[in-house]
Amino acid sequence: MSTEFDRKIHETLADAKLQLAIYTATGRLKAKRVEMVAAQVLPDYQELRAHAHAIKKHAIENLDHYLEEFERNVEAHGGKVAYCKDGTEVADFVLALARERGARLIVKSKSMTTEEVDLNERLEHHGLESVETDLGEYILQLAQERPYHIVAPALHMTRYDVADLFARRLHIPSEVVIEKQTAIARSVLRQKFLAADIGISGANFLVADSGAVVIVENEGNARLTTSAPRIHIAIAGIEKVIPRAQDLATFLKLLARSATGQALSVYTSFLSGPRRGGEIDGPEEFYVVLLDNGRTRLLPDRGKRESLYCIRCGACLNACPVYRKIGGHAFPWVYSGPIGAILTPQFMGVAHEPALPFASSLCGACGEVCPVKIDIPKILLELRSDVKKSEAREKQHRLETLAFRAFAWLMRHPRMYELAGRAAAAMAPSEDGGWVRNVPGLMNIPPVRAWLSQRDLPPAPAKSFREMWRRR
Amino acid sequence: MSRDHILHRVRTALGRSAGEEAGPPPPVRLRLPESSVESRARQMLACVEALAGEGLRAATEEDARACVAAAIEGKRAVASNAPYLERCGITSLPGVRSGITDPDELRDLCAAADFGITSADYALADTGTLVLLASPREARLVSLLPPAHIAVIPCGRILTGLDELFSILPDPAAATSSMVLITGPSRTADIEQILVRGVHGPGRVMVVVVG
Amino acid sequence: MSKRVSLFVTCLVDQLFPKVGMAMAAVLERLGYELDFPENQTCCGQPAFNSGYRAEARAVARHFLDTFERSECIVVPSGSCTAMVTHHFAELFHKDPAALERVHALEKRIWEFATFLTGVAGVEDVGARMDDVVTFHDGCHALRELGIAEAPRRLLAHVRGLELREMEPAAECCGFGGTFAVKFAELSGAMARTRMEAILRTGARTVVSLDPSCLMQLQGALSRAGAGVRTMHLAEVLASR
Repeated sequence: MSTEFDRKIHETLADAKLQLAIYTATGRLKAKRVEMVAAQVLPDYQELRAHAHAIKKHAIENLDHYLEEFERNVEAHGGKVAYCKDGTEVADFVLALARERGARLIVKSKSMTTEEVDLNERLEHHGLESVETDLGEYILQLAQERPYHIVAPALHMTRYDVADLFARRLHIPSEVVIEKQTAIARSVLRQKFLAADIGISGANFLVADSGAVVIVENEGNARLTTSAPRIHIAIAGIEKVIPRAQDLATFLKLLARSATGQALSVYTSFLSGPRRGGEIDGPEEFYVVLLDNGRTRLLPDRGKRESLYCIRCGACLNACPVYRKIGGHAFPWVYSGPIGAILTPQFMGVAHEPALPFASSLCGACGEVCPVKIDIPKILLELRSDVKKSEAREKQHRLETLAFRAFAWLMRHPRMYELAGRAAAAMAPSEDGGWVRNVPGLMNIPPVRAWLSQRDLPPAPAKSFREMWRRR
Repeated sequence: MSRDHILHRVRTALGRSAGEEAGPPPPVRLRLPESSVESRARQMLACVEALAGEGLRAATEEDARACVAAAIEGKRAVASNAPYLERCGITSLPGVRSGITDPDELRDLCAAADFGITSADYALADTGTLVLLASPREARLVSLLPPAHIAVIPCGRILTGLDELFSILPDPAAATSSMVLITGPSRTADIEQILVRGVHGPGRVMVVVVG
Repeated sequence: MSKRVSLFVTCLVDQLFPKVGMAMAAVLERLGYELDFPENQTCCGQPAFNSGYRAEARAVARHFLDTFERSECIVVPSGSCTAMVTHHFAELFHKDPAALERVHALEKRIWEFATFLTGVAGVEDVGARMDDVVTFHDGCHALRELGIAEAPRRLLAHVRGLELREMEPAAECCGFGGTFAVKFAELSGAMARTRMEAILRTGARTVVSLDPSCLMQLQGALSRAGAGVRTMHLAEVLASR
């Protein structure tokens, strides 16, 4: 069993520099979150989580209603809404608009939704220049890589990696001081902002009763993207809609705290339609693209649809002992960590990477930190069951299936269970020698071999508990 | 058309019919603590300082003018058309351009200015946040393009926090096409988690609370 | 409640760590409980459930329901196996109202060992003595599904001669995760070593936990590294005198 997934996990584990970078960065983010949701700092944190969960549940259960309300209100403020079912439709929409308006240059602020559909590649394929403006995303665009982490996209790169990259791609002398690297990006991108025809943003929330798009960020690139160009297009998944502007009081208190450990991000933009009469600046045209791209596939299942409550804070990645070892690029799609492990199989189908839901120790740290209380471990377990059902249909992994059938039979037949246990114990080393590095008689059994590749095994006791109990 | 296709898929999945109303959403959750103007002003300034901004208290409008004059030292500044800035006499300080209504002119001036000076419609004491609503009085780029942003606000506009803001403005879209909450200087930690201020927005934010 | 208790020792303790079961029995008897070991017991079904084999897990769970039908109070030396019964059996039988009723009745009768002592028996001092420096490893299911954090620490605080040193960071997974430990062996091993480093930083000579599976993972890694730190189940500590 050596899939692409296994190979990437192995490569990441073997890279000591990367291991340290991931562990340190996630550790820092994790600690900051803990500090900012502590009872002394935010006494009603648990109530806020419960409230956020209830609002998301209500919004998703009435999704069509709130999408239509959102649409009406955007239009009432002079904006336009386009529904797109996949990446092709999104690209077609942007391309058609760009063609009509004679636009050449697009500036983009960070959006996981556009990462889903490879928007930049699609636009560039048609001769448009589409520039990422979030510092981390800009670096990744130059490096032609996808985000490593939902909120810290270039988490895996060092200042030296960035220095080499800038030197190579921007044709400048190598610069290793982070402040100066940031200033270089600022000045390159400032020219892009001032020259761009279209700004494309994502959205953290779509507010139904206001017809507004809410964008949360720290750098100011999203503000520039949505303020400087003549046209603003916000691209968001349909699940981002919330009923009321007043609900933001709940969500904004949770989002930045969970993501980066800030009380609020530096900029929260609440945007509803194009510039109005008398307003001096801002876009003249305002569009919201509502993307499905597989989301409606998640809706029928009452349990698993909870996955759509996600507000993309990344807290589950930082809390996850698996993410902290294997990082973002081992994951088979744009979403990584625990949330990626539940979104990917549901968006792409369980066969896309059947091992993914199993790459978890089910420790529950993700569910514990989720600001909207998505029960990620429970969904992982359901997806595991879905994978096994699908494999059974395809007649795959029949040996494992047989093994679990045998297990279930044995566990219902205590006498046979006891005999089997004693038989196995007879082949294992005895108690006197302590924990063992290999078990010659059992090394052909793959799980035994896998265990021993990393750890020692306990010796078999002379008697099982039930035998000891009987002889008391 | 994808609109109908997507909405149909949503309704089918949820077992809803077209035009069906939603049940009542969970009640709005806004908590409005009591707090004096003075304690809000102090908390506001303390939070601004904690965010590595500069928080100044001016007793009078003349003092506010002096604070701003000392900060800009005659360098290039663009002031928004907020009447409060004029009332403080800030628009007539040397080096300050104001009263601009042409978008291109405003953009060029902001791109070249050392300081952008605005007022704010509200401020949030518990996070040190400035709340700016785009209008003929406040353009978006003044608080965004220059490397430094100075905001001058009378202390009466400081609210306790987000909950009070959304209770006063239940629908910000009714008032403006753009409301922005600014909480400290522009920042990033995208390279090695090292905090750098002033990425795309102002790296310096100064808040002058008057009264 | 009568002073009668049924032991569910778990398959892992039965087959690999019988001393843990004997220690638990010794502590309970010392407190005056009359013990019963339903001989038909095997496993809670968690390995199949966590591996996605729900039909198989359901069959094992049904056997569990039958085996412990008449037990008034069941005590388990594992947070994880207890959580399987109290948190996941209901999912397995959500389409079977009769079984579900039995599950809900069972949920109220089953206790993880440490919480049984502090919550039902009402004791924190069981009269144990162990001269040692220990650290406590929170099993993830005990901590996050059952919310157990205080009980074992209060029990350890009353063990004479024992010094407890907390790990930093606290409450991180050891990387066991059932079949995860062998399906993703290299990753699981890396997680174990990270946890091991936290253990070694405390300077403790013994790691204590409520879960034999975590202890197997940690002892396996400690032994492989030649680290000279031993692992003990809480029951074994409390049985010492």
